[in-house]
Amino acid sequence: MAWRRLTRGATRALALMAGVTTGAAKADLPGDAEAGKDLYAVCSACHQVGVNARDRVGPHLNGIFGCRAAAHEGYRYSASMERAGTDGLVWTFETLDAYIENPRALVSRTRMSFRGMHDPEDRVNLLAYLQKYSDSAANAHEAQPKAQPVADDLDPAILDIEGDAEYGEYLATECLTCHKADGSADGIPSITRWPEEAFVIVMHEYKNKVRPNPVMQMMAGRLTNEEIAALAAYFSTLR
Amino acid sequence: MKLNRRMFIGTGAAAAASLSAPPVIGQARPRVVVVGGGSGGATAARYIARDSEGAIHVTLVEPSRTYYTCYFSNLYIGGFQNYDDLGHGYGGLATNYGVNVMHDWAIGVDRDAKTVTLAGGSSLPYDKLILSPGIDFVEGSVPGWSIADQDVMPHAYKGGTQAQLLKAQIMAMPEGGTFAMIAPPNPYRCPPGPYERISMVAHALSQNNPTAKILLVDPKPGFSKQALFEEGWLKHYSGMIERIGPDFGAENVSVDPAAMTVDIDGMIEEVDVCNVIPAQKAGRIAELAGVTEGNWAPVNPADMSSRADADIYVLGDASQQGDMPKSGYSANSQAKVCANAVRGALTDSRVFPARYSNTCWSLIATNDGVKVGATYEPTEEKIAEVDGFISQTGEDADLRKATYEESLGWYAGITSDMFG
Ligand SMILES: Cc1cc2nc3c(=O)[nH]c(=O)nc-3n(C[C@H](O)[C@H](O)[C@H](O)COP(=O)(O)OP(=O)(O)OC[C@H]3O[C@@H](n4cnc5c(N)ncnc54)[C@H](O)[C@@H]3O)c2cc1C
Ligand code: HEC
Ligand code: HEC
Repeated sequence: MAWRRLTRGATRALALMAGVTTGAAKADLPGDAEAGKDLYAVCSACHQVGVNARDRVGPHLNGIFGCRAAAHEGYRYSASMERAGTDGLVWTFETLDAYIENPRALVSRTRMSFRGMHDPEDRVNLLAYLQKYSDSAANAHEAQPKAQPVADDLDPAILDIEGDAEYGEYLATECLTCHKADGSADGIPSITRWPEEAFVIVMHEYKNKVRPNPVMQMMAGRLTNEEIAALAAYFSTLR
Repeated sequence: MKLNRRMFIGTGAAAAASLSAPPVIGQARPRVVVVGGGSGGATAARYIARDSEGAIHVTLVEPSRTYYTCYFSNLYIGGFQNYDDLGHGYGGLATNYGVNVMHDWAIGVDRDAKTVTLAGGSSLPYDKLILSPGIDFVEGSVPGWSIADQDVMPHAYKGGTQAQLLKAQIMAMPEGGTFAMIAPPNPYRCPPGPYERISMVAHALSQNNPTAKILLVDPKPGFSKQALFEEGWLKHYSGMIERIGPDFGAENVSVDPAAMTVDIDGMIEEVDVCNVIPAQKAGRIAELAGVTEGNWAPVNPADMSSRADADIYVLGDASQQGDMPKSGYSANSQAKVCANAVRGALTDSRVFPARYSNTCWSLIATNDGVKVGATYEPTEEKIAEVDGFISQTGEDADLRKATYEESLGWYAGITSDMFG
């Protein structure tokens, strides 16, 4: 149910994003850190930045750029975030953008109960603000790329593709070598009963290497948009 | 004709009866015979029976009542798995999907009459025959050793009791004794298998017999995941493992099972345990069916059908297909492509383009897992690699642990994909 809400937002955001990225002039705009400061208010309910920042409800966000996910000693992350970090998820513009837009699409069972920030321009601005608190960025301004919209994001039309569930059933045979059909999970997460849209977003995040894990990046890497839609259609029917 | 899966519970007897009786109503159900109930055969039988929902009659011929996987048998030797957990029965295939499981050996194939002869005397007619018999050993490839010596110098390279024997021998080694392995030449099943085994033997010895030595006699200049294994051996088992490559005479090796010695290019080593993994070839039934060329059975990359006979398919280790390593994962992947093609040929179900993949995990030490994988597609001449990945040296302990845990997930996944 939470997914429905999140993914409707994600769809809208994706539509907006397509608008931003097609405007060639706008695509290079660095974020506005001033505007980002105001937007940060929503995060500050749970996170701290700046001098004396500590881990509170959420971990502090100093030095987050270039940092591995779930890297703060002593902070209790969710198992999903730990796993993402172990798999090699590193916070960059791209991954932060995806996480803030829709936390669960990137890290399936993250404890960060935040609806997501759907306006891509807001996210760029917010990230420009946060970047100021990342050491590497502060010290090496030239080396770090400026916050800017992520160029190759999902075309919203991808979410509208009608999946061929029968083809999906065939394609899914490849997945069932690792993911058990009965939905149980030991060592590899279950993938049955996902809402179609969420499933599509997640698969594209592996395909685009936003989500870590070499096995899944490879599996998703050769799937076409139609094939991902077909898989989503099939898996959503599994009971 | 659309039948419910449940209607097939207990079809074993009915099917046996219908063998001799001519079909009564309309056209006979097409028949598929699968020889070998391992990674390739069990998967193919299950998928064809399940997805055709009774429209195809599937018989699986397999001598063993329990299939013991080779995968994770090294982990059993290392003490990370129970032997019993490696065993899987065929009951689910029979009751859930209506597969007619016959515990017997196939001893001949008549390609003109399209029948398979069993050791027990029956003759099974087929429309499509699937062979997934795994491997047999090449006689004389390790001079001094023959299959009759397997109780003294085990290979432990087919599933079952051989792994138990090898483990018992390792546990009974004298303090500071020597374990030797004669590694096989390419191509052979599970390229990282011998080296995972070395790791697991080293783990077991470091727990129980830390002054023991391991001698790895390897005719190949290099091997799968070599950098990862060598890094791990240095880290976990420093000073225990000596690898003798072809540059130091490993190409010229023979054994004497009675004396328990290994002769490496004239240098005689006395050993306490000797694990001989001979050169390999397709399981003998492939040769008897006349579908082999040299040691293996060439197949068409698009659907795993034999190059020699369009009504015979060869899966897994026995096939010669191109770039895919001989692994359980590969056999399972090939079986699903084959099942789709066979159903399409015998019923009017849709046939989709072939897609193959493989991933092999290996355990080096406690929670130190590594993996290598690739995707493949058919081309005219072979199954060709598209994209791949491999674990890196120097990865941190958490990632290696997660990789090991993934392999447990895979084991649960593939065995339920084979046996239901
Ligand atoms: C130590 C070791 C570790 C391994 N680890 C891995 C791993 O981690 N991952 C992985 O993917 N692979 C692994 N493998 C490889 C894997 O076991 C094989 O590649 C795989 O089982 C091949 O499948 P198959 O169907 O070709 O043959 P098999 O699984 O060997 O099945 C062949 C079956 O055919 C039967 N048979 C043979 N001849 C006849 C006949 N004439 N009539 C009737 N039945 C017959 C046999 O009884 C057997 O049950 C490992 C292998 C070894 C030895
Ligand atoms: C309701 C509380 C809450 C809000 C609001 C919130 N977060 Fe979080 N955040 C968390 C929690 C809890 C975690 C730990 C998540 C986990 O372990 O799965 C987290 C984790 C993170 C992480 C990963 C940190 C790490 O060490 O890997 C980042 C980055 C992050 N949040 C950024 C933000 C940003 C930017 C905002 C504002 C747009 C925000 N969060 C809003 C609670 C919150
Ligand atoms: C070789 C084993 C393997 C195969 C084959 C495989 N996966 Fe995965 N999958 C994994 C692993 C391991 C993870 C956990 C990855 C991670 O930590 O991000 C995963 C994660 C996922 C997730 C995210 C689950 C979550 O809770 O976040 C989805 C969705 C998924 N896989 C779908 C698929 C689909 C669809 C296929 C077939 C096209 C497939 N997988 C094939 C191993 C596999």
